[in-house]
Amino acid sequence: MKPRTKRLVLVLAGLGAAGVAATLVVNAFRSNLVFFFTPSQIAADEAPRNRAFRIGGLVLAGSLHREGTTVQFLVTDTAKTVPVTYVGILPDLFKEGKGVVAQGKLESDGVFHASEVLAKHDENYMPPEAAEALKRARGGQPDSTATLVVGPSSGGRVADAVPDRVASGVTNSVANGVANSAVNGTVNSAGGSRQ
Amino acid sequence: MIPEIGNFSLMVATAVALVLGTLPIVGAARGNVRWMALARPASRVLFLLVVVAASCLWASLLHDDFSVEYVATVSARALPLQYKVAAFWGGHEGSMLLWLLILSFWMFAVSVFSTHLPREMIARILGVMGLIAMGFLLFIILTSNPFGRLLPGVPDGNDLNPLLQDPGMVAHPPMLYMGYVGFSVAFAFAIAALLGGNLDATWARWSRPWTTVAWTFLTVGICLGSAWAYYTLGWGGWWFWDPVENASFMPWLAGTALMHSLAVTEKRSGFKVWTVLLAIFAFSLSLLGTFLVRSGVLTSVHAFASDPRRGVFILIFLGVVIGGSLALFAWRAPKVGLGERFEIVSRESMLLANNVLFLAAAACVLLGTLYPLMLDSLGLGKISVGPPYFDAVFVPLMAPALFLMGIGPLARWRKANLPEIAARLKWAAGVSVLCAVAVPLLEGRWSVMVACGVLLATWIFCSTVVNLWSRLRPADGGQIGAKFAALPRGYLGMLTAHVGVAVFIVGVTLVKGYEVEKDVRMDVGDTVAIGPYTARFVGTSEGSGPNYLYLRGQFEMLRGDKLVRTMFPEKRKFASKDEPMTNAAIAPSIGGDLYVSMGEPVSQTAWVVRVYYKPFVDWIWGGCLVMACGGVLALSDRRYRLSQRRSAEEVSAAGATA
Repeated sequence: MKPRTKRLVLVLAGLGAAGVAATLVVNAFRSNLVFFFTPSQIAADEAPRNRAFRIGGLVLAGSLHREGTTVQFLVTDTAKTVPVTYVGILPDLFKEGKGVVAQGKLESDGVFHASEVLAKHDENYMPPEAAEALKRARGGQPDSTATLVVGPSSGGRVADAVPDRVASGVTNSVANGVANSAVNGTVNSAGGSRQ
Repeated sequence: MIPEIGNFSLMVATAVALVLGTLPIVGAARGNVRWMALARPASRVLFLLVVVAASCLWASLLHDDFSVEYVATVSARALPLQYKVAAFWGGHEGSMLLWLLILSFWMFAVSVFSTHLPREMIARILGVMGLIAMGFLLFIILTSNPFGRLLPGVPDGNDLNPLLQDPGMVAHPPMLYMGYVGFSVAFAFAIAALLGGNLDATWARWSRPWTTVAWTFLTVGICLGSAWAYYTLGWGGWWFWDPVENASFMPWLAGTALMHSLAVTEKRSGFKVWTVLLAIFAFSLSLLGTFLVRSGVLTSVHAFASDPRRGVFILIFLGVVIGGSLALFAWRAPKVGLGERFEIVSRESMLLANNVLFLAAAACVLLGTLYPLMLDSLGLGKISVGPPYFDAVFVPLMAPALFLMGIGPLARWRKANLPEIAARLKWAAGVSVLCAVAVPLLEGRWSVMVACGVLLATWIFCSTVVNLWSRLRPADGGQIGAKFAALPRGYLGMLTAHVGVAVFIVGVTLVKGYEVEKDVRMDVGDTVAIGPYTARFVGTSEGSGPNYLYLRGQFEMLRGDKLVRTMFPEKRKFASKDEPMTNAAIAPSIGGDLYVSMGEPVSQTAWVVRVYYKPFVDWIWGGCLVMACGGVLALSDRRYRLSQRRSAEEVSAAGATA
């Protein structure tokens, strides 16, 4: 084979490999990017159905409910809440009132079916998505009178799990307080991990 | 007093690094022998100073000196001794000091073991490493000083994160850093060669063992990290494509490509430009990994640094190192010249394919790791790229590389004969196909994925055997034993590492294909079937460890009616933390692990329990260790020692004639 042909073959093989790699990447990207939505966005019906995405926020205090291996809880960004159900064992750092990120699908009953609950943070650390959700909710409606009433679309089972004091809406400020301290906590632990 | 000594020696070290990073390099350019001669003593003094600083931090940790802020953050009185030692790298500041300690250790090693290198070369190599050391010293002193005081001191420390209180913490970070930072040697060799313009086979022979040793450490480090995540995080997974893992995996991919490319440069003096570029990539990816993990841009247990100044500093440092070395490359590389010619079918072309595939894989991992960060920093929304992306991209890219692993080592340099290779690999192909069909059938569940995995693993294994046998065949005369003993260690190391890859693939394939994972509610006396076993929950008991209280479950594993094993998963409660830690019980065996961990209590006596059966999972780490053994074998090759002696003789002969 002549050197020129050889170089051509090598270049073509290289381009071919790059093309295959690029195709793989584009395909894999398109089908595997996981987007993030806040409870407010879900309430506004911006989240997709039948496609996995992530939600983030705080686990509403008192909303955790176990039944065998099924767990139900509410995730809030202080403005809206989303009912979440998950089958399996929650991570060690999952706790009511703390930040959480869950990945899964929103079903037609309005319940978010989590396939994965992430809490790869330590107890002072807020997952960035959770912090983002709280920030957006506070930034968007600083003096919001939005209540923490469970939306009409949420499943009955989860609604049962919501304590009355939360559903009444009076405690919005309390929940906000939790959120504030949680967000501040993030800032503190961020700026002051040197305590 | 002790922390101040540490602080002071870091400052002196910065001055020494400045001298080391400038005078010898300038001296090499101007032919000033006395300036060049500074390199060796300066790098040894630098090492000594950093060792003093590190010892000071260790002393403060062991003395429970909680007036040192860092000690108060990562340690506590009740912390067991080995974790006080490991608390050195339990936080950001100490980790950076560890980075520096290892960098200066490598400098010291280069200054000791490279007596045979020409003066200019060693001056440039140590000079480049001195510049890197200076960057890290400035970073430590300006933004992350581990010796900062906390006055008045606190009575007790914050304690090491319980997640980190594990034997893995003692071994994983130093090993990983030895690998990460070890690539700085290959990098320095490459930059020195670019500066001097003498890129040749000798250069490759010098730089090859350093690359191999770094690669070996990195392999062990990643392996330990993966095993640690497996048994401690309570998920039973061994690789999550977490950005932190990717940060260590990308230099590994580039480093693997570099090792193979160096082989061509040494044997055939080909791929020279490419090898230099790979050396730059490997170290740049190590630095990028440090940046990703330490700057706080990622959120995970590893990201304890969240000071924006640090991120900016590392980013600038990264820009200077990567940008500077690539600029130098662009300027000098055209002068290097091409190597010897080779045909389309030859060992060179197959190694080139290996390089392209590994780099493409590294690029895909890089994209998946950085893309979410970029979108986020540009304010375009939060997304995440999960394991499905990496699986979808990585596996198809690696499969052809694995196939080539069977052929490449048999192919001749320059021009190989495909029909001849095919004839030699006939039965290897036959056995592989047979195994690929038989194993999934024997395991009871057919799957294409398992068949492909087994096919590739047996293909690599059988072709390695064919390769070895062709060297030992009694038909060619001579004793098998004597021939085996005469084989070069480098060759045996290559074969061993390739077998390690085969073992690794078996583990990955079978655990992915046949693992059983169950999250079940179990009351005392309940049983659950798991793989070939049955698990029975016996009950719980309480007690206390060195610095925690625990609640211990007892599970009996039955095979048929026979009790095989009793397992004790725990929930641990550390005084310093609110949340309990889950400690899974694992019964390892060569055929598969049993894995039990406790979730939450659901009644007085009932618990949600996670029971896994992981067939062949230990082969994953076993394979990595076999790969690392291959690296060690290759390092013990006689030719490195011989070449040292030979070039030393050459140098002294040259000196005599001069």
